[in-house]
Amino acid sequence: MKVKVLCRNPDDYVRETTKDIQRVPRNYDPSLHPFEIPREFTRALNATKLERVFAKPFLASLDGHRDGVNCMAKHPASLSTLLSGSCDGEVKMWNLTKRECTRTLQAHEGFVRGMCTRFCGTSFFTVGDDKTIKQWKMEAPSYGEEEEPLTTILGKAVYTGIDHHWKEGIFATCGQQVDIWDEQKSSPIRTFSWGVDSFNSVRFNPVETHLLASCASDRSIVLYDMREATPLKKVIMKLRSNTLCWNPMEAFNFTCANEDYNLYSFDMRRLDVPKVVHMDHVSAVLDLDYSPTGMEFVSASFDKTVRIFPKDSGRSREVYHTKRMQHVICVKWSPDNKYILTGSDEMNIRLWKANASEKLGVLSPREKAAMNYNQKLKDKFQHHPQVRRIARHRHLPKPVYSQSKELRVMKEARRRKERNVHKHSKPGSVPLVTEKEKHVLTVVK
Amino acid sequence: MAANEDTELKLAHVGKKKIAPKRYWDSTEKRATEDAEEGQKQEEHGEQKKNIKGEMPYLKRKKRKTEAGRKKGISGKMDPFPGPAPVSEDKLKKFKRGEKGKMPQGTRGRLKDSLSGAEVASNLAQNQAARYDLLLPEDAGFLEGDEDEDTCTFLQEDIADAVDITSGAKYFNLTLSQFGPYRVDYTRNGRHLLLGGRRGHVACIDWQSKQLKCEMNVMETVNDVKWLHSEAMYAVAQKKWLYIYDSSGIELHCIRKFNDVLRLQFLPYHFLLATASTTGFLQYLDVSVGKEVAAICTKAGRLDVMALNPQNAIIHLGHPTGTVTLWSPNQREPLVKMLCHKGGVRSIAVDKTGTYMVTSGLDRKLKVFDVRTFQPLKSYFLPAGASCLALSQRGLLCASTGDIVQVYKDVCSTPVKKPYMTHRVRGSVCGAQFCPFEDVLGVGHAEGFTSMLVPGAGEPNFDGLDANPYRSVKQRQEWEVKALLEKVQPELIGLDPGQLGLVDRATWEQRHQDKVQALGFDPLAKAKFTPKFRTKGRSSSGKVQKRKKQVAHEDQRDQIRETVEQLQKETQKKINTDQGQRSALDRFRK
Repeated sequence: MKVKVLCRNPDDYVRETTKDIQRVPRNYDPSLHPFEIPREFTRALNATKLERVFAKPFLASLDGHRDGVNCMAKHPASLSTLLSGSCDGEVKMWNLTKRECTRTLQAHEGFVRGMCTRFCGTSFFTVGDDKTIKQWKMEAPSYGEEEEPLTTILGKAVYTGIDHHWKEGIFATCGQQVDIWDEQKSSPIRTFSWGVDSFNSVRFNPVETHLLASCASDRSIVLYDMREATPLKKVIMKLRSNTLCWNPMEAFNFTCANEDYNLYSFDMRRLDVPKVVHMDHVSAVLDLDYSPTGMEFVSASFDKTVRIFPKDSGRSREVYHTKRMQHVICVKWSPDNKYILTGSDEMNIRLWKANASEKLGVLSPREKAAMNYNQKLKDKFQHHPQVRRIARHRHLPKPVYSQSKELRVMKEARRRKERNVHKHSKPGSVPLVTEKEKHVLTVVK
Repeated sequence: MAANEDTELKLAHVGKKKIAPKRYWDSTEKRATEDAEEGQKQEEHGEQKKNIKGEMPYLKRKKRKTEAGRKKGISGKMDPFPGPAPVSEDKLKKFKRGEKGKMPQGTRGRLKDSLSGAEVASNLAQNQAARYDLLLPEDAGFLEGDEDEDTCTFLQEDIADAVDITSGAKYFNLTLSQFGPYRVDYTRNGRHLLLGGRRGHVACIDWQSKQLKCEMNVMETVNDVKWLHSEAMYAVAQKKWLYIYDSSGIELHCIRKFNDVLRLQFLPYHFLLATASTTGFLQYLDVSVGKEVAAICTKAGRLDVMALNPQNAIIHLGHPTGTVTLWSPNQREPLVKMLCHKGGVRSIAVDKTGTYMVTSGLDRKLKVFDVRTFQPLKSYFLPAGASCLALSQRGLLCASTGDIVQVYKDVCSTPVKKPYMTHRVRGSVCGAQFCPFEDVLGVGHAEGFTSMLVPGAGEPNFDGLDANPYRSVKQRQEWEVKALLEKVQPELIGLDPGQLGLVDRATWEQRHQDKVQALGFDPLAKAKFTPKFRTKGRSSSGKVQKRKKQVAHEDQRDQIRETVEQLQKETQKKINTDQGQRSALDRFRK
């Protein structure tokens, strides 16, 4: 007789001392783990619920300005530094980790219209209502010294925006025309105008650094090459664009924030049709900024909300609002891809998490593993109606909610009417126009 | 191991050729080069094989890299077993999840990338899991007789003597002749044993250390006993109501909604206690929140045969008519009704993988069914019939007739002539269960309880995160929290538990129809057209009627217009094609 009976030595399965960690022998045989998919689904559902439970994006409010915050600038080298300019001409420098103001200077009389930092982070530029461009040192003046700009350029008209070249000592301003300046010279090295009276904003392309784009008040977006004497081309839209932002990872893509509540992502090589129309805001969009990964961008709107859009999705994935936040005028995405900064009308700068439910601070390896596992589960079951319902749910302020409902009804009515017109007119006489094509009037070269 | 033998064989083969005996000064390099050639040949062979199989290009690339690194070893010798060790097909099959998806034609760009990426990831996971099987510490037990020895003739005492002391101590008898016959239940990790005597005796025992946890007499008939999710609580079906006790014997609940319960089953992943009663009710109790989930009137009389399919949590009920019905808490009617026996059904058992169901009936037959297709596979005739069936984790079947316990091997796949083991207990058997993760069969009978040794019954390797026999209190607490968090909702119980992971391919029309049926009206139906009121006599009833008429049957008119146009087109086409091959006689045609 040959016989063997299962007999385990407990020492192989129990930890040796109480200081030791527990032994966990594994057996991945699927028949020992029934209900794999229902259990995964339950975990995914729990993970989604927990994500909503922990979605507390608001981190801090920086107060100190005595008028609405009109513009902000990120420091290119320091994550904790932020510059902000307000409507009373004051510029403040903030330390974000300490959440306090480190320096205040009276830069202009009237609004600070625009602001940008030099690529090396040693100085910054401001433009204001007093028709001046001022360059300031990043360091605070030492004791006894007076706060004075490094250089001051007095222009002929009001400048409305400024942006600095990403590699060279060149910056661009906009106002009645777009000017390219050399830092060393007191007159512009190049001036662009295309029969337009005034420009709202100008931005350098971070990848193809010669390129820049500006939004004009005649509803057009104009593209320039710094090396040429004339602008490249422009696209005229139905309503005015307020600002635009280049995608930092894809050199030819940019997104503009429009007065018609939408944002439009364009490929600069094909301006006749926007790539994506980002809808969700219920009032004019005032500012936007791309995340450093180029996958998402954040937009600030007159409807007192901030929304985050994936770059290729027509709808926002997230909306931020508080009771006290008024019209959001400027917004920035922090260079470490973790935070969002908003400046609003009621004189505050707010710090938000870019990912609402993210846990801040150092994660232990087990936490990290659990987080990754949960993320994968959420991705796997994201289209299940039960999961999607929870993941999509957002509380909205009542005006925004009712407004969006109203907009939906209006849009549906317009669509219905178009359809009926198309149906009852001579075939071929009324073409069907897609949503993307609707908003672009012409492209001029 | 196979590869190893291969190389040895080849070397021997080479050695057969007449070569002058090697001397130590006969350059060692020559030997090395020969070896290298040999290795290369093998390698090429292997490579070809792989190419034929059509392995993922991703894996191939990786292999090439390792080979390049291997060629120049420090010692100058080749690795005789290059690359990762091969994994056998059987093992890979064991860890296979679902069918391999076919990439639809014309898939491009990001979708293609993500699909192929997912494919690679799942292949890798499958391979890793199969490879991990090698590291499992324990092997299954076995019992083999010498020639002209039958394993079924071995006595328990002999087996207990032949094995080590700890295992030998697992064969024991408890003489409890007063309150029998006994029902038996083991916890999911196999550490604790619960005994319920018909005349009220309830005892729970840590059977391996032979420690009595609690013992009491409930002073009532006990129909069945069942552990709940852990060894902290158990349910007892008593004469009138269902009771829940804790491990020290304190009555926690008396559930008056559950009366005259005969059989109990516990669904561990759903935290549901399923009960079958004399009144024909199948009831489900959610033990985590204490709510009744479903009460189904089966309309089948007294329900005293019940089994649980551990793979999909479907309850199998056997009836005196010879039918077996399958139930889920989500449906009032049985999911499946199958006629299994000519007489009444006496007992049912379902195997761990949810593939086979074994039934025994009053017609003295033992039948094996495939539960996925509901087809009978095997039918055996037992002279006395089996009153009590149990299946072990590794597929051994215990069938008891009277006071004889017989254990069969491989009943489901091969026709069986004689039992694997037999044992005679002192009284007629009332309940039997294999202990999970042990080679032990617990038999409850009229004269007490017998713990039998059945080599090869239990799964040798447990999973520490699921059912761990050696878990500490802390581990149990953590497991309990985790298990409660991922409690599967009873709505997800169905015949195929993997249904949730499939793509819902119902068309829009189907879904719309379902919606209409559920709501009782069509939510997308057009509202009836009511013309606007117009002043100055333009809303006279005649005018209104006229306006209504303009809109009426608009859709129908559209449809008709389209079909007419299409017909016209077709006839035009026909005429055009016909004109090409008109014969002269066609002119006489009407």
